[in-house]
Amino acid sequence: MTLTAPARPAPRGDAPPQRRRTARRAWQTVSPYAYIAPFFTLFAAFGLFPLLYTAFVSLYRVELQTPGEMEWRGLGNYTALFGDAFFWTSLRNTFTIGVLSTVPQLVMALGLAHLLNYRLRGRTFLRTAMLLPYATSVAAATLVFAQLFGRDFGLVNYVLGLVGIDPVDWQTGTVASQVAVSTIVVWRWTGYNALIYLAGMQSIPRELYEAAEMDGASRWRQFLHVTLPGLRPTIVFTVVVSTIGATQLFGEPLLFEGSVSGGISHQYQTLGLYLYEQGWGFFHLGRAAAIAWVMFLLIVVLVGTNAALAHRRTRKEARP
Amino acid sequence: MPIARAATRAAVRLGAVALTGALLAACGGASDGASDAAGGKVTLTVDLFGSFGYQEAGLYAEYEKLHPDVTIKQTDTEDEADYWKSLQTRLAGGGGLADVQGIEVGRIASVTQQQADRFQDLRAYGAEKLKGEFAEAKWAAATAKGGEVLGLGTDVGPEALCYRTDLLARAGLPTDREELARTWSTWDGYLELGKRYKEKAPAGSAWIDSVGSLYSIMIGQEEERYYDASGTLIWDTNPALRTAWDTAVEAAQSGLSAKLDQWSPQWNQAFAAGSFATIPCPAWMLGYIKGQAGDAGEGKWDIAALPGGAGNWGGSYLAVPKAAEHKEEAYELIAWLTAPEQQAKLFRTQGNFPSATGAIDQVADAKDPYFSNAPIGRIFGEAAKAAPVQVLGVHDQNVAQQITNALGEVERKGTDPAKAWANAEKGVANTLG
Repeated sequence: MTLTAPARPAPRGDAPPQRRRTARRAWQTVSPYAYIAPFFTLFAAFGLFPLLYTAFVSLYRVELQTPGEMEWRGLGNYTALFGDAFFWTSLRNTFTIGVLSTVPQLVMALGLAHLLNYRLRGRTFLRTAMLLPYATSVAAATLVFAQLFGRDFGLVNYVLGLVGIDPVDWQTGTVASQVAVSTIVVWRWTGYNALIYLAGMQSIPRELYEAAEMDGASRWRQFLHVTLPGLRPTIVFTVVVSTIGATQLFGEPLLFEGSVSGGISHQYQTLGLYLYEQGWGFFHLGRAAAIAWVMFLLIVVLVGTNAALAHRRTRKEARP
Repeated sequence: MPIARAATRAAVRLGAVALTGALLAACGGASDGASDAAGGKVTLTVDLFGSFGYQEAGLYAEYEKLHPDVTIKQTDTEDEADYWKSLQTRLAGGGGLADVQGIEVGRIASVTQQQADRFQDLRAYGAEKLKGEFAEAKWAAATAKGGEVLGLGTDVGPEALCYRTDLLARAGLPTDREELARTWSTWDGYLELGKRYKEKAPAGSAWIDSVGSLYSIMIGQEEERYYDASGTLIWDTNPALRTAWDTAVEAAQSGLSAKLDQWSPQWNQAFAAGSFATIPCPAWMLGYIKGQAGDAGEGKWDIAALPGGAGNWGGSYLAVPKAAEHKEEAYELIAWLTAPEQQAKLFRTQGNFPSATGAIDQVADAKDPYFSNAPIGRIFGEAAKAAPVQVLGVHDQNVAQQITNALGEVERKGTDPAKAWANAEKGVANTLG
């Protein structure tokens, strides 16, 4: 796209052409900014300002019920977090639920994408169907899963009972509840990631597969040595996006039992949920803001590390 | 208008920027569209939690008939904790508030002590002349320091025990309400009977729904619970609270509980499934039981007096936020809804026990066919008369939540009670932050 339009001869009118030309030139310099201004206006209003205001609030003791009375705490809200057992629990939960949901999700997505890449009957239908869970709202999906994982009348325990396994209390047990919450995440996001992988796979040139086949590589070896390397940028992308998503996980654990504390022992309370409990359960807005900033920095660090690692791999391989 | 024309010119210059601005302006303009087009008509919004039962009892329809130019729109959140969160958010933001907001008694101290400036002082519309109609304590709790009347009392929650006659009979226990009341005149007697029930109970049926509800009903029998009269937090040294805790722990460790989380979907399903034989029931629970157990439950339930004396659990107020759109009309509506005649009517159909003294006499003879014709007017009336006047505090609800969570750990995970108590202490400290 060229930003400067070819100069046209100035129309002859009663206004002096000189002034018109200056005006047009000025417009040409300004217009690109005008075009991108809507995004940045909105970003400033709904992205940047809340971010900075949150940082400001996190330095005070503020209660939702009395927002006018702000008491300076400096970094007190942050230092309090270090001694806060519930914060560490939620950080640990965020990590374990993140692993429990992201790893199976991406592995299954890769497998599904591989299968969908074959010539199948009704391929388009299957690909569209993959996206359905993603289109379902978190609330609807979680409420259904909460029923399925019910202790006394849930379908999952009923099926387990058929094969002779005692009912599991999917709400109370630490591992059980985290598996249940992760299942919802996996169900919602696997199809989405599979489609991204599929798109990546289709951009790998056919010739590579043909060459591999000529060399006698099996399907599995083709997958390992052609598909996976070809998909590397796509995989890095999905890992980054899933990591961000896992760090911010909120809706599923909140709606699983409708408990802001993430179960009676905080057993599946994520950072996002702990933020919500502090802010909207206990109305401590200052502390909630501090948690929000810690989460933000955590994500920046995670994504930065990820990018650095990916960058190093690529550089290493570029070297002969 | 020069300003408008200048704006138009700028809009043409900046193209898309102005379009965004216009969209934002449109958003701003849309929110005040609540006032009705059909001249003179008023739509009153009522935002409640749990089951107030006005709609079910047909009281809105009746009011609309009496006031043809008023339409009432109700929204309802099942869990009070969720309701309170969203109410607080809207109060802080000053928007999206209904004309009438319900307030639970556990929150009324927070309203009178922290948010007196956010709710309309109802004296402005002549609420003071209603004072004599309400139980004194009910009125006093909604009055702020400066004498502002911030809400009108709806119901109170005198406590009793509801039980399934069919399940008790199958376990070979007495089912007569007078006999039961004598057998479980103390909480020990109640647990004793529970142990007998457990021996011969039908499969998949426990004695009580959850130990959290056992704790809640017991703490309702106390005057001082979480705060003392001077407003100091005393929950962790309160011997009465400790007794309630210990009893709940004993019930959990004896396996008497169905281990259900109150207000959860599983708990709701259990009413119809018969997962528990008894459930502590404040008067407002009657409507809830009817709703969850459905028509199939009719005649299977009965009500007996509570072990260990009278108590009160819950009850509510109706308040008008300062930011409400139709404050005067809203006041007229809540004054009518909380008037003795309407309260009496509500009790007969929904079970919410009146806080208006005039209504209590009107319902003294009430019986409920759903609950095997139990004399609910007499049982709850006696409980209401004898119930202690509770000391209310700002964080009542939050502290109670931490304690019932900790009891849930003992009940559902077999956590050591001492450790669970420590968890409750940590949780409360975190809550108060």
